[in-house]
Amino acid sequence: MTTPIGYFMALSAVLFAIGVAGMLIRRNVIVMFMSIELMLNAVNLAFVALGRRVGSMDGQVIVFFVMTVAAAEAAVGLAIIISLFRSRETLNADELNLLRW
Amino acid sequence: MPLWLFTFLAVIAIVGAFGVILQRSPVHCLLALALTLVDVGVLFVGLGAVTLGFLQIIIYVGAIMVLFLFVIWLLNLQSEAKPNGHLALKFFGSIGAAALAAELSVFFFSAQPISRVTSTPSGYGSVEDLARMLFSDYLVAFEVTSILLLAALAGAIALARRVPGAALLRAPAEIQRAARPGSTVR
Repeated sequence: MTTPIGYFMALSAVLFAIGVAGMLIRRNVIVMFMSIELMLNAVNLAFVALGRRVGSMDGQVIVFFVMTVAAAEAAVGLAIIISLFRSRETLNADELNLLRW
Repeated sequence: MPLWLFTFLAVIAIVGAFGVILQRSPVHCLLALALTLVDVGVLFVGLGAVTLGFLQIIIYVGAIMVLFLFVIWLLNLQSEAKPNGHLALKFFGSIGAAALAAELSVFFFSAQPISRVTSTPSGYGSVEDLARMLFSDYLVAFEVTSILLLAALAGAIALARRVPGAALLRAPAEIQRAARPGSTVR
């Protein structure tokens, strides 16, 4: 028996929600960043599953671009984290208030 | 993809995702995330997106996760000694995320079926098909992607470079607190 596409979408929804929860619960900037990657992957799974359902390749091309953007985002975000750690010596999001006034 | 295989992979993915947000040590979080990403890559292959599944493993697990690992090593991050953050935020964050998952799942399970394709065209998900799409319909987006990567490269180097006088970024109140005798520097 093949798996209905709704199951893939439900798994994608659960993974996305876990990413949202990690974003809200954790205060470590690197772990929050990992939660973003988790959410991106959940959306990728939904794209591929729906693309399979309608039989087109467009979903996979979009996922390809999402991966590229995720790579660029990871590079810039980790550079920001290194720079932050150098000046504040903490990765706790509560103590990073450079832009707060 | 048979249902038992999907169930097996889904359980691994969810366990890995919970491992990301529940573990103290950032390295353990990272390993759990890598497990989830490999698992999603296998799901891609099961869905017929063979090229994308392997790209997922090569790019995400091979490149992005290793970049994370390098940063964690570089900053010498230890486990968090105790749970921190606001309890109310954790409570309502968990409830909100659970509500989001429930809502989306109900929505997807009850969605109207859209034109189901039982047999995909031959070569679906192959490198050739993907490349043909990328270099015809999505050519402009593909070229813009190269500019994006170049900009990210330059931006990452500029941000992570050691700037003289970067200590000035420290908040003024904290400097005063550090200068006061008897106070501890965080």
